Amino acid sequence: MRFLLDPEQRAFGDSLNAMLAAADTPSVVRDWSRGEHARGRALWSRIAEAGVFALAVAEAYEGLGPRPVELAVAFVELGRHAVPGPLVETVAAAILLADLADPGPAERLLPALASGEAVATLAWKGPYALDGDVATTRLALTRPGLLLSPGHGPVRPSLDPARRLTPLEPGGELLGRDPATARALAYARLATAAQALGVGQALLDRTVAHVGRRTQFGVPIGSFQAVKHRLADARIGLEFARPLLFGAALTMAPADIAAAKVTACEAAYAAARTALQLHGAIGYTAEYDLSLWLTKARALRTAWGEPDVCRAEVLRAHALSGDRRW
Amino acid sequence: MDLTHSPADEAFRAEARAWLRAHVPPDPLPSLETGEGFAAHRAWEAELAADRWSAVNWPAAYGGRDATLVRWLLFEEEYYAAGAPGRVNQNGVSLLAPTLFDHGTEEQRARVLPPMATGEVVWAQAWSEPEAGSDLASLKSRARRAAGGWLLSGQKTWSSRAAFADRAFGLFRTDPDAPKPHQGLTYLMFDLRAPGVTVRPIARLDGRPAFAELFLDEVFVPDEDVIGEPGQGWRIAMSTAGNERGLMLRSPGRFLASAGRLHRLWQAQGSPESTKDRVADALIGARAYQLFTFAAASRFLDGESLGPESSVNKVFWSEYDIALHETALDLLGTEGELADTEWAERYVFSLSGPIYAGTNEIQRDIIAERLLGLPKGRR
Repeated sequence: MRFLLDPEQRAFGDSLNAMLAAADTPSVVRDWSRGEHARGRALWSRIAEAGVFALAVAEAYEGLGPRPVELAVAFVELGRHAVPGPLVETVAAAILLADLADPGPAERLLPALASGEAVATLAWKGPYALDGDVATTRLALTRPGLLLSPGHGPVRPSLDPARRLTPLEPGGELLGRDPATARALAYARLATAAQALGVGQALLDRTVAHVGRRTQFGVPIGSFQAVKHRLADARIGLEFARPLLFGAALTMAPADIAAAKVTACEAAYAAARTALQLHGAIGYTAEYDLSLWLTKARALRTAWGEPDVCRAEVLRAHALSGDRRW
Repeated sequence: MDLTHSPADEAFRAEARAWLRAHVPPDPLPSLETGEGFAAHRAWEAELAADRWSAVNWPAAYGGRDATLVRWLLFEEEYYAAGAPGRVNQNGVSLLAPTLFDHGTEEQRARVLPPMATGEVVWAQAWSEPEAGSDLASLKSRARRAAGGWLLSGQKTWSSRAAFADRAFGLFRTDPDAPKPHQGLTYLMFDLRAPGVTVRPIARLDGRPAFAELFLDEVFVPDEDVIGEPGQGWRIAMSTAGNERGLMLRSPGRFLASAGRLHRLWQAQGSPESTKDRVADALIGARAYQLFTFAAASRFLDGESLGPESSVNKVFWSEYDIALHETALDLLGTEGELADTEWAERYVFSLSGPIYAGTNEIQRDIIAERLLGLPKGRR
């Protein structure tokens, strides 16, 4: 038992963090939200070069994975920097394609996903896919099976302006009947949990910096106990989400992943509420960059498994295996 | 990064499990906050100690098994999963013993630890005073020099287990002229039956005497019962707060077992929809706490110390524990009002969590100032 990231994993996270910090992601996000994708696609390529998408693709299809712990490390950083685009969906698509009975679609589509040349999105048993106008590989999970959709409908705005919801055109090539979906869902949930944890950490860090700078009544508001205690609670929430995330990445058990997902998303959302409150009216403006993380925390809460769905998964696993599961 | 335990660690776990299966009393012991229950729990400690299970992480010389922190965690998982009794000597084993390992003398360890392991000597803590709760450093009880030792005078209060315990440990002011309140304090051990000690039990919310007031009138303490150097008491007391004590105060095994019990209760009550989320959160919280602790244990093995992280830990488990027991009482409905059930006693005990060992407000100040780097302000 050694439940700590090893030095290579830490270095990987640090290098992604440094690369994204230098990429001025807030302005990339604002472009993306307006439908201007050039800088976002350039960033996507750099993320792919760092190996992030390859971590979801098996070596047989020119990837390095699947490596859930490294994926979790990467997605924490993608969340920390509010990177836009169908990141989780591309991971889920890679797993879904690899799990098809027929290896043909995987051979055809996966190398380009791993290299970042192609961007995937996925309509998962619902009407909307993220960023269908950017994605080049549009997958729809429908009753007959997994379809490669020929196009997308009009963009619907999300509460998170960087998440652009698009219906996918019906029809298209049938890639596989009754595809196995459990593993794709597991990876999507894990990546979303990691992204949420990163979002929560960014919200906490930005708010700690703000309350140290902002003065009222002649002192930094960060010296007020009411402010300190809210931030301490945000820290506690995130601190206990992290081990669940990496524990889930090690076991890849659906109940562990569900537990990590609900906990990380709730902690990030709580951090968002605290961040908004402690920024006051400044934080309530779209112009202020904090909004990029505030709105994402809300959207991730329900993406890839609402809180009650995740909790039900945990209860189901405990009912099946008795109380010595963990 | 690896969550699996070595074959040797799993063998240790299996050995603990087998022993507990053969020895755990079939029916719960009476409450340890009663005279009868205290005696029964003391006898249980002797039974544990006979096979060296009462302090597994201690060196064998003192009655332990030289267990690593990981093995201690596995033992605790097995212990609570087996439904074994609460630990009457928790104060001694998890607070005083680590202090003696870090700051005591060889003579003190040889004299104090073996009877602690067997339950022959049960320890109470004597930190708080009527005017010194969260502001512990302002304590006033004094120890003044006498031939061959010290004379204690003053009052301690809310001393856990002191109604029935044998000895106590705590901080006393030996230099009233020290420039700062936390200076001039000395850490020492004393006998609750020594001349000059009056113990007045305090009834907890449920009426059970879980703690006591201690009135001290010129109580003689020999030099051999001073831990570390006189005047260094604050540093010594605080140094154990940031190391393993932060973990050993509450092992994850306890909460895994409590969450399992709650889950079974929920199922027995027909798995009502109304409490589904709270039961799931109890299961998830126990797992989070277990993994958080594994990560902390891994850092110890790398030679790091926990420091202010132990404050994060403390706020989490104390609030978690109350939420879990509130859920249980809600599930029991009108039955949940009965005071003589194990759930009720566990609930009452959980209510003390956010108060003792540094209130959660103090812990949040520590998190904000030392982990987040926020400025100190008016309290």
